[in-house]
Amino acid sequence: MTDPIIKFDKVGKSYGSLKVLDGLDFEVKRGEKVTIIGPSGSGKSTVLRVLMTLETINDGVVYVGNEPLWHEQRNGTLVPAGEEHLRKMRRQLGMVFQQFNLFPHMTVRRNIAEAPVKVLGLSRQDANQRADELLEMVGLADQAHKYPHQLSGGQQQRVGIARALAMRPKVMLFDEPTSALDPELVGEVLNVIARLASEHDLTMLLVTHEMRFAREVSDRVCFFDKGQMKEQGTPDELFTAPKEQRTRDFLKAVLNG
Amino acid sequence: MLFGFEWDTSSELAFAWSILPILLIGLWVTVQATVLGFVVALVLGLILAVLKGAPSRLISWPANVLCEFIRDTPLLIQLFFLYYVLPEYGLVLPAFMTGALALGLQYSAYTSEVYRAGLQAIGRDQREAARALNFPSAHTFTHVLLPQAIPRIIPAMGNYLVSIMKDVPVLSVVTVLEMLNVAKIIGDRTFDYMVPLSMVGGLYLIMTLVASAGVRLLDTRLPKQGLPLK
Ligand SMILES: Nc1ncnc2c1ncn2[C@@H]1O[C@H](COP(=O)(O)OP(=O)(O)OP(=O)(O)O)[C@@H](O)[C@H]1O
Ligand SMILES: [Mg+2]
Repeated sequence: MTDPIIKFDKVGKSYGSLKVLDGLDFEVKRGEKVTIIGPSGSGKSTVLRVLMTLETINDGVVYVGNEPLWHEQRNGTLVPAGEEHLRKMRRQLGMVFQQFNLFPHMTVRRNIAEAPVKVLGLSRQDANQRADELLEMVGLADQAHKYPHQLSGGQQQRVGIARALAMRPKVMLFDEPTSALDPELVGEVLNVIARLASEHDLTMLLVTHEMRFAREVSDRVCFFDKGQMKEQGTPDELFTAPKEQRTRDFLKAVLNG
Repeated sequence: MLFGFEWDTSSELAFAWSILPILLIGLWVTVQATVLGFVVALVLGLILAVLKGAPSRLISWPANVLCEFIRDTPLLIQLFFLYYVLPEYGLVLPAFMTGALALGLQYSAYTSEVYRAGLQAIGRDQREAARALNFPSAHTFTHVLLPQAIPRIIPAMGNYLVSIMKDVPVLSVVTVLEMLNVAKIIGDRTFDYMVPLSMVGGLYLIMTLVASAGVRLLDTRLPKQGLPLK
């Protein structure tokens, strides 16, 4: 068995007295597509945000590709990582945000090409070409010169996906990518994500309330509650025969609600 | 006679007409001092805003103290300081330059606050997107935050432009021949203060109206979502 590409080792995170991650143990294998489900406030977004280095941790160690994310090895002990280490680690990850978080003053193409130029050092021309290929892939080839506010929410989120992919990350993080969208626009975004999920090498970590979609694309579904992973299994196991009462209650609530 | 122009005191109207070119020369000086002072205030204010927002207290604290000091002291003190003290350290600038610098310095304390408010108004989501994409922090500042802040701060900056314009007469104390100073000299020599001073008032009104209209035009022209990057 290959080593996990992501590993949370007894990770703790709190805001004041509120424990958001509570000794969390959690692993994702290379190329695996994992969906996290759970009630509001269970720490789902926090897991992704910690991985994207948007949120620090208070306890434990997070590993990405066998290297500690938030720590550096120094003289055999782990010390809090400096910005240089974080920059190096961040390259392996890409994130798609619930609210898209596109740069409103940049054209669609520039939104995608900016980081490849500034961070990867591509020429503007090569980066634009990469952007155009990605736009083609997400079905927006004709929108390159528009600004985000000229697009629908579904189109904006597809740009968001293209923007993250332009950095060629090993792991893609999706934090409720469709929950800010009108119902009729959800499908076009899920289609793009489903297509990505068919790529063998890409590791995907997805937080969603779209249970049917989760079932289709995931290798594994994890149920989070109160900052811990309470149950996990294949979609079939988890959705048809959940073991924990908490999981059953949650699924009953969302599937009927 | 001033700047080679004679005045005609035969009637009020003739007098007004004859000193107009002289006042316009003064007006041009006022405009130049305003523009230069404003540019200094914009640049220095941005630098101060960055320093005040620095994560290290060692940097933000002195910047805050400096701003507070500038804000809480009269423009005249800074002007005298630059005009009389700097030369003691071998830095001799023409009176005009010193004056524009003092104006810019004074107003940089205010513009830095405008920048800060404008930058803070940009949501956390933009910083997070930039961070997730691994942008260098300087790039995030110049290409993500600043272009979005600029359209929002135009009206406030425009107000300071007009304020600077109205403060230019202070420079007369260090012999700068701006418009009001010119009018006063004409008054001293002709014993008629009414006409030149009224004209200065009118010209000022025109200048501030034009400046405000320009700022409003810029405000409506700039896309609200930020300076566009193609
Ligand atoms: N900056 C913050 N300060 C204080 N509390 C916070 C902060 N960010 C998040 N929290 C709290 O941490 C808890 C976990 O948040 P998280 O966003 O990970 O939950 P979630 O599982 O993604 O929930 P949801 O389904 O509502 O998105 C929540 O109770 C939230 O209110
Ligand atoms: Mg969330």
